[in-house]
Amino acid sequence: MSAVANLLRRLGGGVVDGIWRLGFVARFLGLLLLLSGQSFRRIHLTIREIYFSGVLSLLIILVSGLFVGLVLGLQGYETLQRYGSSEALGVLVALSLTRELGPVVAALLFASRAGSAVTAEIGLMKTTEQLKAMDMMAVNPIARVVAPRFWGGVISMPLLAALFSAMGIFGGWLIGVAFIGVDDGAFWSQMQSAVDFRFDIMNGVIKSVVFGIAVSLIAVFEGFDCTPTAEGVSRAITRTVVSSALAILALDFVLTSFMFRGQS
Amino acid sequence: MTSSPQTPLVDLSGVRFAYGEREILRGIDLQVPRGKVVAIMGGSGCGKTTLLRLIGGQLKATRGSVVVDGQELGALGRVPLYALRRRMGMLFQFGALFTDMSVFDNVAFPMREHTDLDEALIRDLVLMKLDAVGLRGAHGLMPSELSGGMARRVALARTVALDPMLIMYDEPFAGLDPISLGIIGQLIRRLNDALGASSIMVTHDVSESLEIVDYVYFVSEGRIVAQGTPDEIRASTDPFVHQFVHAEADGPVPFHYPAQPIMDDLLGAAR
Amino acid sequence: MSRTTLDLWVGLFVAIGIAALLFLSMKVGNLSAGSFATTYAVEAEFDNIGGLKVRAPVKSAGVVVGRVADIHFDTQTYRAVVVLSMNDGFEFPKDTIASILTSGLLGEQYIGLDAGGDLKMLKDGDRIRITQSAVVLEKLIGQFLFNKASETPAGGTQ
Repeated sequence: MSAVANLLRRLGGGVVDGIWRLGFVARFLGLLLLLSGQSFRRIHLTIREIYFSGVLSLLIILVSGLFVGLVLGLQGYETLQRYGSSEALGVLVALSLTRELGPVVAALLFASRAGSAVTAEIGLMKTTEQLKAMDMMAVNPIARVVAPRFWGGVISMPLLAALFSAMGIFGGWLIGVAFIGVDDGAFWSQMQSAVDFRFDIMNGVIKSVVFGIAVSLIAVFEGFDCTPTAEGVSRAITRTVVSSALAILALDFVLTSFMFRGQS
Repeated sequence: MTSSPQTPLVDLSGVRFAYGEREILRGIDLQVPRGKVVAIMGGSGCGKTTLLRLIGGQLKATRGSVVVDGQELGALGRVPLYALRRRMGMLFQFGALFTDMSVFDNVAFPMREHTDLDEALIRDLVLMKLDAVGLRGAHGLMPSELSGGMARRVALARTVALDPMLIMYDEPFAGLDPISLGIIGQLIRRLNDALGASSIMVTHDVSESLEIVDYVYFVSEGRIVAQGTPDEIRASTDPFVHQFVHAEADGPVPFHYPAQPIMDDLLGAAR
Repeated sequence: MSRTTLDLWVGLFVAIGIAALLFLSMKVGNLSAGSFATTYAVEAEFDNIGGLKVRAPVKSAGVVVGRVADIHFDTQTYRAVVVLSMNDGFEFPKDTIASILTSGLLGEQYIGLDAGGDLKMLKDGDRIRITQSAVVLEKLIGQFLFNKASETPAGGTQ
């Protein structure tokens, strides 16, 4: 009996904590947006962060995109040729990448490469009292440190997702056309007739923007909110990667169900 | 805005502060006269750092008033508080240098944030500030390349970058070798007098601070237990001050954390 | 890293990112000026639309001239109303026939237009009068069997 009560109490405590945390995140986001104007006036701060989260994630995004495309090419060809429609390989590769894999996998990679780095950096600045020192110098750390990192991530993410998709399509083309020998013209023309700009490409871009906002917000919040100890920072980094992954997949489901409802 | 030179720059009266249920400060009265260096001493965890945070406006007193340069901090909004903070400098315990910037950029940081000076002028000012702490030659280094004492000196140069009216030091001597310790002590005194500023120093390093300060407050268990000029402190017969100045293990500040008699504990465990 | 090299890298990154977006839009999504061409809406009623879906192509002589914008059910006539959004520049006579066709045996369904001879052209909001419903395979098979059944006894008596 008491075990059940205990369990319920812990469940209740967890829910209350979760709601508190959600409230903090909302307040934090409000403050962040309010102070963003201040940091946009010094755009080079954000440019710097685009370098750290975007440019430095390029390699992993391009290489992963290529490999995902290669695998899609192999697997897709294997299945399609049984039905004698190996020319549809372009459609398969392009649709899987632009609708789902591009935004989702790029966001997962972005969270573990750039999101964790942002959390670690902000967490470490908090631990070594750099944020407090900044606050004492009458410089708001949210405007100076947090906002540029947030916007850097939000701007980088859609570009990285597009690069991932483009690279993946190139990978699919490499396997299908250059290696297996699917007809080049059929590969592209079938792709072009099946992929719609608004429904497939734009929805993919919208997804990547939403994921970029979610991952960047989680990363800066976890860093800013961490317990200022070595252990606290490492826990915050873990939480960034885990909650980002969950947020990406859950948001992907929600967005997909809205975007492709009633479609084929 | 500014009050007459006779009134103290910092005036705390009846200040109480608690983190939730845990009471840290239980009624502090403390003044920092203009142009003076004041030390706040006490054992670890007695609330000294909290006191500095209150004066810097990073925490708000639960009760009592904190007045800095004629302004009551509890009533200030964010904008006037930031305006006031531009005229304060705080040296954090381990310097808190920005690890992603060079020494030069660290010292230039407050100037770039708060003034519209052009780069050439900022360069001259930064090199002057660094020269004052003897590290002009190190301006190109990154904080990770500095020793603890050097990092503290760079942080000091950054603290005084905007010529503050009030400089606060949080444990400026912690973890320094004797030479660096002497250098920092001399710098604190010299900078205070050169800038015409006032300084508050939180420390538990008695011998070094008694050399350079004008007045000392002793804090224990959230209260001021003794105060006086360095000479008065040295001559004091107060048992607390005596224990602190002569670094005795036991006295009014007990060696043991409150506990039941040891025999009870040991026998209890045996049983 | 100096500010100019950093700016250079970021500029390069943004440029290739936008290039990738353009590649996806143009080469993969086949976005061209035509995708944003203005359209006019024409309605057509069908007894049965089969498996026709929104966004299915509207073709005439095999060329795509528009897309299915909306499909709804008319509760008065119990027929399906299909709204076609036709690209401007493709004009059809008023007596055009709209039929639902299938590309290949099991392929996707689309709407085929056969131009009539009327001098007046269809305008925005007009309705196509003559339509031909989708061929439903089950009905076709049923009809075939029924015909066979009615043929055989006749052949037997002769």
